[in-house]
Amino acid sequence: MEVVFKRPRTLLKKPFTYCPGCHHGLAQRLIAEVIDELNIADRTIGVGPIGCSVYIYEFIDVDFVVGAHGRAPAIATGIKRALPDCVVFSYQGDGDIAAIGTSEIIHVANRGELITAFFVNNAVFGMTGGQMAPTTLVGQKTKTTPFGRNPEVHGFPFRLGECLSVAEGSAYIARVALTRPQFIRQAKECIRKAFLAQIEQKGFALVEILSPCPTNWGMSPKEAVDWLEQHMIPYFPLGELKVKECLSRETS
Amino acid sequence: MEKVLMRGNEAVAEAAVRAGCRLYFGYPITPQNEISEYLSFRLPQVGGVFLQAESEVAAIHMIYGAASTGARVMTSSSGPGISLMQEGLSSLAAAELPCVVVNMSRGGPGVGNIQPAQSDYFQAVKGGGHGDYRLIVLAPSTVQELVDLTYRAFYLADKYRNPVEILGDGMLGQMMEPVVFRDPEFPPLPPKDWAVRGKGNGPRKWIVCFDLDPKGLEELNLRLWRKYRRLEEEEVDYVTFGCSEPEVLLVGFGTVGRILRSVVREGEKEGLKLALFRPITLFPFPKKALQEYARKARAVLVVEMNLGQMLEDVELAVRGEVPVFFLGHTGGVIPTVEEVLEYIHFLLAKEVRVWK
Amino acid sequence: MARARVIIDREFCKGCALCTYACPKKILVISSDFNSRGYYPVTVQDVEKCIGCGFCAQVCPDVAITVYRE
Repeated sequence: MEVVFKRPRTLLKKPFTYCPGCHHGLAQRLIAEVIDELNIADRTIGVGPIGCSVYIYEFIDVDFVVGAHGRAPAIATGIKRALPDCVVFSYQGDGDIAAIGTSEIIHVANRGELITAFFVNNAVFGMTGGQMAPTTLVGQKTKTTPFGRNPEVHGFPFRLGECLSVAEGSAYIARVALTRPQFIRQAKECIRKAFLAQIEQKGFALVEILSPCPTNWGMSPKEAVDWLEQHMIPYFPLGELKVKECLSRETS
Repeated sequence: MEKVLMRGNEAVAEAAVRAGCRLYFGYPITPQNEISEYLSFRLPQVGGVFLQAESEVAAIHMIYGAASTGARVMTSSSGPGISLMQEGLSSLAAAELPCVVVNMSRGGPGVGNIQPAQSDYFQAVKGGGHGDYRLIVLAPSTVQELVDLTYRAFYLADKYRNPVEILGDGMLGQMMEPVVFRDPEFPPLPPKDWAVRGKGNGPRKWIVCFDLDPKGLEELNLRLWRKYRRLEEEEVDYVTFGCSEPEVLLVGFGTVGRILRSVVREGEKEGLKLALFRPITLFPFPKKALQEYARKARAVLVVEMNLGQMLEDVELAVRGEVPVFFLGHTGGVIPTVEEVLEYIHFLLAKEVRVWK
Repeated sequence: MARARVIIDREFCKGCALCTYACPKKILVISSDFNSRGYYPVTVQDVEKCIGCGFCAQVCPDVAITVYRE
């Protein structure tokens, strides 16, 4: 019998430290698979955030730089400008990218910085213990919205992907979920395109990955996956939000 | 060697390029804009990168990223902008990344104004951000020294793997003086085998500014502490000027050092025995040297363009052996030679006699 | 003889059970003994029925499953 599915080479052989049912591990596996398939592990540099996402540097076998909260896009800019031949990707959660680091991600997209950004959206602050995130849904209960998110008080959930897709410098923006095998296959294709947008110098690319947080949502892994499909996907629709074809630095 | 007339801000920019800086990230703020304006055309000439960031917060983290690759990198700002950079400077110190930050400081607190001031001294020498760390802080007082200390800043940053701040002020940045660009000459540095450049065929590397294990984080702090003690042993720098056994030892840094030089000269004409002690390294502060010089004097007079910040380090160095007095202006007001002399006369007539 | 096989790494599995819902043949179950990290890992109940579709491995957040097929 032949192996039809195994751990990608670039994903280090050790158990993830994430909670049961968390999709960080899935997202990181897909990123590692694409790095393997594009054969770029030797020249890839990852940029980590702060929050649960930070642990990516423990698991993906490429060079990593981790800095302060929300600043990964700026750090990635510094690396890419210093080493234009390297493939640079950032990996951030919703608090990191869509609250404290909103400025950095918007400008990195608008400059058309040749980096690939991953945004894991689980509608809650994970590592700090379940407080409201910018992407927390209306009515969703968190540690700091104990009666549910009320738009009159807390504002509305932020659609970062749509926001970045209007930036002239962004080449590829997609939103994916990992709750079903077919979604996972689509997600991998989006991750692949996001890396290719950088490698082919088309511009900035971002893949928003919807993820459950069973621990902070107070659900079982299965309930969390179902809740994500029933509540998150309607507000954060899946699909490619922007695909800019044939845009190279020279011709733009 | 050819002398050229240059503004301080442009001189520091040119010196950075000659020191091998190839990446600059910054955000406009008065009174240091000529640094970025100059580098915006100069760096592309040498194949470098100039990028105007969306904020000082972004700029210092672009520095963090670029420094991680082992490149020589610089940013510059003033007062409020340097405050915004503190988060990144703390991270740079924790990750032991070399970089150079120029602060052409201005009047504070708050937005303050755009006039020269030295009120960022505490922020510069005591760490500035959160955590137990220090920047190496160099305080030039002439445009020539600005050039030479820029060279040294890049060398020290690489040698100690630590951010270096050049603490000037708006006056030094705007002032035009003749300068000579000598070739930077420093001992060879070890290779940057810690730099992240893609793992290639080797094992991967990573640069982080945290350690979740208490013992690990304490070890990082102790390593930094040993580095700072080594700096105090090996890199302290200062200049002295004037009488070898003065009645009053004047202490001032940067722009104030220039004023105090004139005070010493003018004082001589009036029969006063004065000397100047001007620290060039504010961190590491020349504690021992200052203590020895102070012992020869009847009194120490600290003059600053703030309300007494370096004063605290002088008092710690002198350890109460000699009375320490202070004269300061802030908010962009610059002390004059006349008023310093007047104060010295007053001290000699009244205070010093009472104290000794 | 089975045409396919799945191997679950007991030490990597955290017993989230997402694979048990993804499996079209419903042959994956939570085992009754726990692993060294205190999780109850998933185990294969009826290996003969495995068709090697790989859905379980695709949805596994802990990359604990390897799939073999003829």
